Amino acid sequence: MVIRTDSPVAAAASPTPRDTLCPILSLANNMGASQSEHEFKDLAERTGFSLDQIKNLHQRFKWLTNHQETLRQEDFEKVSHLSLNPIKGQIVKAFFDKRNFGKHEVGLVEEIGFEEFLMVMSHFKLPNKKLTDEDTEDVRTEKLRFLFNMHDTDNDGTITLEEYRHLVEKLLSTCETLEQDTSLAIADAAMLEVARITVGHMEPHEVYEGITFEQFQQILKGVQIETKMNVRFLQMDTTTMRCGK
Amino acid sequence: MACRHLTHLACGWNGEVGRRLVTVTLLAVFLVGTVLPLGAASSPEITVGLNGDHTPHQPNNDHDDHASHNTTKKAFPVLSFDFERIGMPFEISLWVLLASLMKLGFHLTPRLSGIVPESCLLIVVGLLVGGLIKVVGQKPPVLESNLFFLCLLPPIILDAGYFLPIRPFTENMGTILIFAVVGTLWNAFFVGGALYGICQLEGVHLKNYDLLSCLLFGSIISAVDPVAVLAVFEEIHINELLHILVFGESLLNDAVTVVLYHLFEEFAGVGTVTMVDVLLGIVCFLVVSLGGILVGAIYGILAAFTSRFTSHTRVIEPLFVFLYSYMAYLSAEVFHLSGIMALIACGVVMRPYVEANISHKSHTTIKYFLKMWSSVSETLIFIFLGVSTVAGDHNWNWTFVTSTVLLSLVARVLGVVGLTFVINKFRIVKLTTKDQFIIAYGGLRGAIAFSLGYLLDKVHFPMRDMFLTAIITVIFFTVFVQGMTIRPLVDLLAVKKKQETKRSINEEIHTQFLDHLLTGIEDICGHYGHHHWKDKMNRFNKKYVKKCLIAGERSKEPQLIAFYHKMEMKHAIELVESGGNVKLPSALPSTVSMQNIQPKKLQERALPQIPKGREEEIRKILRTNLQKTRQRLQSYNRHTLVVDPYEDGWNEVLLKRKKVIELEKKINQMSNYLTVPAGPPESPTLARARLSSDPQAWSMKPDSDGVPAIKVDLASPQSPPDSVNITDEFGKRSGPPAGGGEEGGLVMKRPHPPPSLSVTAATKEEKGGRRQQQQPEEDEEGRDPQRLMRCLSDPGPSAEEEEDEPFLP
Repeated sequence: MVIRTDSPVAAAASPTPRDTLCPILSLANNMGASQSEHEFKDLAERTGFSLDQIKNLHQRFKWLTNHQETLRQEDFEKVSHLSLNPIKGQIVKAFFDKRNFGKHEVGLVEEIGFEEFLMVMSHFKLPNKKLTDEDTEDVRTEKLRFLFNMHDTDNDGTITLEEYRHLVEKLLSTCETLEQDTSLAIADAAMLEVARITVGHMEPHEVYEGITFEQFQQILKGVQIETKMNVRFLQMDTTTMRCGK
Repeated sequence: MACRHLTHLACGWNGEVGRRLVTVTLLAVFLVGTVLPLGAASSPEITVGLNGDHTPHQPNNDHDDHASHNTTKKAFPVLSFDFERIGMPFEISLWVLLASLMKLGFHLTPRLSGIVPESCLLIVVGLLVGGLIKVVGQKPPVLESNLFFLCLLPPIILDAGYFLPIRPFTENMGTILIFAVVGTLWNAFFVGGALYGICQLEGVHLKNYDLLSCLLFGSIISAVDPVAVLAVFEEIHINELLHILVFGESLLNDAVTVVLYHLFEEFAGVGTVTMVDVLLGIVCFLVVSLGGILVGAIYGILAAFTSRFTSHTRVIEPLFVFLYSYMAYLSAEVFHLSGIMALIACGVVMRPYVEANISHKSHTTIKYFLKMWSSVSETLIFIFLGVSTVAGDHNWNWTFVTSTVLLSLVARVLGVVGLTFVINKFRIVKLTTKDQFIIAYGGLRGAIAFSLGYLLDKVHFPMRDMFLTAIITVIFFTVFVQGMTIRPLVDLLAVKKKQETKRSINEEIHTQFLDHLLTGIEDICGHYGHHHWKDKMNRFNKKYVKKCLIAGERSKEPQLIAFYHKMEMKHAIELVESGGNVKLPSALPSTVSMQNIQPKKLQERALPQIPKGREEEIRKILRTNLQKTRQRLQSYNRHTLVVDPYEDGWNEVLLKRKKVIELEKKINQMSNYLTVPAGPPESPTLARARLSSDPQAWSMKPDSDGVPAIKVDLASPQSPPDSVNITDEFGKRSGPPAGGGEEGGLVMKRPHPPPSLSVTAATKEEKGGRRQQQQPEEDEEGRDPQRLMRCLSDPGPSAEEEEDEPFLP
């Protein structure tokens, strides 16, 4: 997968002050259009986005950051619609989660550069070409991994009951009249269902630790994530003509 | 039901041979049965038939008879024969009966139904019946357009619209619309134009056919027929995407067909078409389709609004759904708008709100009624197609007929391939060659085309007979050849089949999560796409529409919770249903329970497992008790379909005593009573969640009688007095359970503890505070049968109900 490639830039990115976070990007910003064009091509190769998409996203990035080089959590406040989103917290967090940057690192960062922004966005990219079955499987795994990481907040490889309850609670948080117990009950029932589907038989003394990634894949077999988890990044600020999924 | 028992008997007795024999006999008897009244009714005044031509001089005759009776005294006729009076309804019932029996017989012969689609077989039956009627010397009835469009078609379309899978439909809207509009237009013009070309050829002798009538014919023949598509596609279980593409196309192309038909019919009389006419045609198309949708939506909203107030008269709830839909259809037809679109829109709009308002029983009624009507309609349509083929005057023209069949095939293939090429540029999931083939091959034509052809005026269109012949040939070709070969082809090409999975709560959670996530990402990108607008719609719906159209608490219920409640209900019904049976229908053979996923209380839970056989036994007992108590507690109410109140009271008491004694015996052998209901793993959680989460289920408002949920809790013999006795006896005889643990013992001391609650002790303890608050409420519930009775007056799902897919879409 493109995202998994380790790049020198990526290796340099760690929770560091704003200026050193994304050297090439800041360079590009300083060196004028042709340089940035070159830089974009490089990014396009690595993330799989087209040049136009990158330009679009870069514009948006600049708007979000007020023409700074890096993006902070507060910057997302500018997106007014996001405040209505029940899972806003998780979405914003995903942008600062190192696991989503395509490097084998864990932990959260304070601020991200454009490349990280692109990396996170690339999880929602449309496939460029016709995919073979294996490719589809890869895309699917990668997208599921992204989702799994969003739920597995403490990165212990499982979604525990606590985490699952938190998720359901968030999903239902827009409903004011709701009793707390309902979301708990739903999370419990869902967890029970996972255990039943994936493990099958359990002795009473056994403990179900939580949902592992494999089990996560198993329970979402019926959802065609590879075709659903897509956003069209072209034609920003316009309603696009859509045919089908 | 009796019939089925009979055949079951036959099967047991003679196996395969017996089954076939019965089917054949049924067939023979009813073939004769349909013809006999016709034969017997050979006197002229009884040819009422389905053509609807009543004999107008009937009252006169009667009067004369009366007069003569009065004057000359005759012996009083002990037995008189007056078939005339009941002729028409009798014949109609006979036809419906024939249709139903054919369907029944068809499904009793699995081998036949494996090869031939039902539609083909029904047409053959129709041909046979038609032939028989002709042999007897009668004129077989023809599939009248009015009968078809006003009686037979609406149930099928409403069924399709009401149960339309919204999500795949909207997700593929663009593709479906392009196929339905552009595809149908292309088909009509290609077939019409090419036919005109062929007619102009030398040696065909069809030169007097003008372009307009050819185009009219093209527009009739080009539309894919929803009835035929449904009949074939439901049998081959193709994947959801292909199904919705072909089926959606067949539904939405109605507007195009209607406009083209009226346009060409109009112009064929005039003879010339100007540019203005074409423009008007386009405007007309927009008016017809959008107008149809608007009419449907208005009636849908009306239906939803009406259902808001039906909580006191549950029995007529389903009627509103049917009536408003039918009104929508008729109102649309008044203005020559697309009735099919109106029905679809009506069904789609009303469904979410109506479902939230009506009781579970009404929902089941709606479901079964729609299924029943649509399947009978479908059967009748195919039979009548067969009969009409025999009845009609045919004008067979080899060139015309063969070229029609070939052209419609070619047009379909070209259209699908060409359009997919364009559509694939915009689609994420590309349509593969296989998909294209199935879409092209699944373009079946059916009774709508026939009825439209039948509607043509013979004065203006002298070639009507030839048209009809060609239409019938195309229908037969598509239904027989394509319908029969599509299943082997699907297997051969290894086209993805539909996965028979129920939607799990996890999938629901993650689908919702994904929706929100995508909306969020779109917002961050500043891209107002699909998800953004969907989210806006949902918000609007939640904020305003639901408040107006859904009564009470449920309007605020988020989708996930609604889903959860439905699922809960389903599980509960399954639990009750499977109570006595050895095989559980859906519960997996697993024993994961709440204690496994909530490790905290693990040490305290050291309950021994009960052997499977014993568990079933216990469940059976519990179930019998449940039924008995339910019967006794039901009070009579005309609006809630409950019968036999306090019937056989004494007998029951005796029975109950016996039961209790039996129970005691079993309890004594039992190692532990407490783990009983843990058998179906979801029951404890669900029961508990029901207690705590559904405010309606426990509210004591008198108007909450219709809430279907409450029945669930009866699975535990907590409330009725006699089961209280039983549990009491438990306590006395078996004493504290062997390895019951702390909470187990604690619960046992209670006079009427619901077993399900005791099992969830682990979870209960964890939510200690809350449970404590609830406990008094439950006690009250137990002591107060009056209240329970009120809750019971709508019995909700009962154990006897054969509900295969309760309440879930």
